[in-house]
Amino acid sequence: MRNELFSVLRRSPFSLKKVRGGFVRLGGAMACLMLVAFVLPNAAQAFSDEELRNIAERLDTKSSTQKITVIEEMAADGDPRVAPILKAMLEGDLFVRDSDEHVVIGRKKGKVYTHIDIVSGEEVGESSSKELSKIKVNNRLRGALRDALATLNLFSPDLNIRTNAVEQIMDARDPTMLPLLLRAIEREDDETLLARMELARATMALAAGENPAERLAAIDVLSSETTPQIRAVLSQFVASAEAEGIEPEVLAAAKDALNDVEGRLSTWQTVGDVYRGISLGSVLLLAAVGLAITFGVMGVINMAHGEMIMIGAYTTFVVQQILSSVLPSGSPWSLIIAVPAAFLVAGMIGVVIERCVIRFLYGRPLETLLATWGVSLVLQQATRTIFGATNQQVTAPDFMSGAIEFSTGLVLTYNRLWIILFSLIVVAGIACVLRYTAFGLQMRAVTQNRRMAGSVGIRTGYVDALTFGLGSGIAGIAGVALSQISNVSPNLGQTYIIDSFMVVVFGGVGNLWGTVLGAFSLGIVNKFLEPFAGAVLAKIFVLIALILFIQKRPKGLFALKGRAVEA
Amino acid sequence: MNKKLQALMGAGAMALSVMTMSAAQAADTIKVGVLHSLSGTMAISETTLKDTVLMLVDDLNKNGGLLGKQVEAVVVDPASDWPLFAEKARELIEKDQVDVVFGCWTSVSRKSVLPVFEELNSMLFYPVQYEGEESSRNVFYTGAAPNQQAIPAVDYLMSEDGGGAERIVLLGTDYVYPRTTNKILRSYLNDKGIADADIMENYTPFGHSDWQSIVADVKAFASAGKKTAVVSTINGDANVPFYKELANQGIKAEDIPVVAFSVGEEELAGIDTAPLVGHLAAWNYFQSVEADANTAFIDKWHAFIGDDARVTNDPMEATYIGFNMWKQAVEQAGTTDVDAVRQAMYGQEVANLTGGTAVMNTNHHLSKPVLIGEVQDDGQFDVVWETDGTVVGDAWSDFLPESAKLTADWTYPWVCGNCEKPMY
Repeated sequence: MRNELFSVLRRSPFSLKKVRGGFVRLGGAMACLMLVAFVLPNAAQAFSDEELRNIAERLDTKSSTQKITVIEEMAADGDPRVAPILKAMLEGDLFVRDSDEHVVIGRKKGKVYTHIDIVSGEEVGESSSKELSKIKVNNRLRGALRDALATLNLFSPDLNIRTNAVEQIMDARDPTMLPLLLRAIEREDDETLLARMELARATMALAAGENPAERLAAIDVLSSETTPQIRAVLSQFVASAEAEGIEPEVLAAAKDALNDVEGRLSTWQTVGDVYRGISLGSVLLLAAVGLAITFGVMGVINMAHGEMIMIGAYTTFVVQQILSSVLPSGSPWSLIIAVPAAFLVAGMIGVVIERCVIRFLYGRPLETLLATWGVSLVLQQATRTIFGATNQQVTAPDFMSGAIEFSTGLVLTYNRLWIILFSLIVVAGIACVLRYTAFGLQMRAVTQNRRMAGSVGIRTGYVDALTFGLGSGIAGIAGVALSQISNVSPNLGQTYIIDSFMVVVFGGVGNLWGTVLGAFSLGIVNKFLEPFAGAVLAKIFVLIALILFIQKRPKGLFALKGRAVEA
Repeated sequence: MNKKLQALMGAGAMALSVMTMSAAQAADTIKVGVLHSLSGTMAISETTLKDTVLMLVDDLNKNGGLLGKQVEAVVVDPASDWPLFAEKARELIEKDQVDVVFGCWTSVSRKSVLPVFEELNSMLFYPVQYEGEESSRNVFYTGAAPNQQAIPAVDYLMSEDGGGAERIVLLGTDYVYPRTTNKILRSYLNDKGIADADIMENYTPFGHSDWQSIVADVKAFASAGKKTAVVSTINGDANVPFYKELANQGIKAEDIPVVAFSVGEEELAGIDTAPLVGHLAAWNYFQSVEADANTAFIDKWHAFIGDDARVTNDPMEATYIGFNMWKQAVEQAGTTDVDAVRQAMYGQEVANLTGGTAVMNTNHHLSKPVLIGEVQDDGQFDVVWETDGTVVGDAWSDFLPESAKLTADWTYPWVCGNCEKPMY
């Protein structure tokens, strides 16, 4: 499974066919769109300049219904100048200029909007937002605009744009698009896309088909697919067919096809559950792995562990703020720089806490618990005083936004994939430090038998401080990753502290591999329970199961054997 | 372990509570209590309201105070700890002798202080939208009741412009506000012909951070061939990961719009909203509304807080309306005596920041306009729909059989918050 995921990851940035990165990519598509506009077939300009201007001005109305009529009129003639206008409207960049009531595209640069003429595509002035009134769009209009753009884009020379257009048409399931689609099918020579187009045609033919044979053929095409859209098409058809009455053999075929599709989809559902479980597990692992050192190896009940994660997240925020003047916002560098920075900051704070508080309390778990709890409150309130109580925004780099979307409805989001990978790298890193470095050796020696280690000349106090620093630093690194999926707020740590303890106790105190296994199994169990038990009950069930498990095996999954010293 | 921990948390938080009380209190001031969490999970939302009250008090004092006296704000920190709310409320009323209290955010904190205010006959202004089903003689509710937020929002979703939703997903945090609101909504949707099979209800714990499965479930639910919309009563911290997951899984607003009742400008501050354009929120106020009163309020806020990037939101407007109504009622009554001020409150009018006038009704709820806004890429909302006039806040929902027959009216002859017939 892990290998599969890795291979997906490696391919991901390039497998554009599967990527529908959503909005994030829209900006990039803009340039292509402009290009498309000039190479459309039938590129004879259907509107005169004056006509285009007039028709666009009719967009300035309050009624969504009227706007939709205008949009459809504009798109119908295939004028190449229409697509950029609709695109701008979709993105909320289409304005009416107050001075002369002309419709212009406004591109925002800082506080100034550059006006672009819709007919010539040239810059025709600039102003502040006050002199422009926006042509408002709502969700209904956005849908209509996307459909209209899809019909315009069906003949784009760019395969990706054509593919997206076909997907949009398939979602829209509007039979009036059928003639256009048929024309596109005639021209298409890409095999994969042609198959998608045939599928889109089948979805329309099912509803609009004239005779049973046509419908049966459509059902046949549809039944071989495994996507939620096809399920929707079929179930809609079955529902309406049952209500209106239809040839029994067509209905039977449709029902069979629906069953087939649903069966295959539920298999994918399970795959999705496993993936989400692994993903949740990786988050748990990241949160817990630092604790596996401070609590697991050193035996310190460190209630301030969560705050170390929070400090890591805030370090990420600060690093991004500092670098924001130098780097563009989607740049991955700020996150990469934040990793060592967070390690150092959290690690140093960890060392300070160990030297000032914890070293006086070794072997007194209750006092340690209280003291570290106090430290955690101090750190939270300090953060609140310095940064304010509100959430801070950590921007996601481009490689972490969007998702690999499979047609079967399975969505693997990039941020989660990276976090899975990152958690494994972190664990591997710690394992190497523990296993292959002198510091790791000393650390294991001290925690296994402090006096013996001291007798052979290891400075145990020094090792304690560094070990606690290492655990805290790793929590800081976890904070960098968690800043991508969670709130960067003073409360960030509290969300994870209980879960972290759960993982470490379940996995077996003092055992890194136990933590790894514990995290992933808790994640997967949680995700399998969630669909039918609900998120609240699932958590409770997991906790109860854990308590029962601890009764049976007090030392967790992997108990340390041999002469490891308890106290 | 868990219980012990909670006790510990409480004790620790209490120890740290920051109390700002001026040591030498002038003898002749009017005292206003501020009961908002400044630490703990709710600090994220409530700190802003504390600052709002401080700004309003500051403003009032600059303009000569109230009844010729200076107004003094007494701030306490209940630290997002519900029992502590009750203790701090008692402290404000008994020890500090405040004349009125502005405070609470979550319904559970309000429920916790309610007996204290009723026992000591004090006055609380509650500035947050809530589930209704309550009308206390000692509380004025300046946030929206369900019929001022949830019902209009669902109407919009089912309208042609809103996309004509036929399937509704009700997502909420697991506590009293979402559960009651969703109960009302379910019964309302059933009335409107949406069957139970077309309603999905899901609850998550506070601070839920792993939304992958739920968002995937919503996607699956939406793929049944009917237009689907999500109504979110997810509260507080859980919203950021929820919206991040929506964006990453590529859920577009025109396919599955999400309308939220607890997400305002402040909550969006931690998110890149570009992928969320078109998702909705229903409130009585948006910062983006262009009105002179609003511009003035925003400028004053920026000057007070010293940061031009800070946003304003609906509970701030509710605090503003509540504070000014109280001020006018005190001026009218000529005293800060709770019973006199209460009588003066009824029919009190304050101009909304977004235009129009808010009126206090005898059921202790306001008449306010309802706005529905779409998330924009700059983290603001753009109003896409609003009610024609104001909507009267309804304490007891008409869509729940057990509460439809109840009336709240604190004037003669009713004088009751939950009665089927008048007291006198």
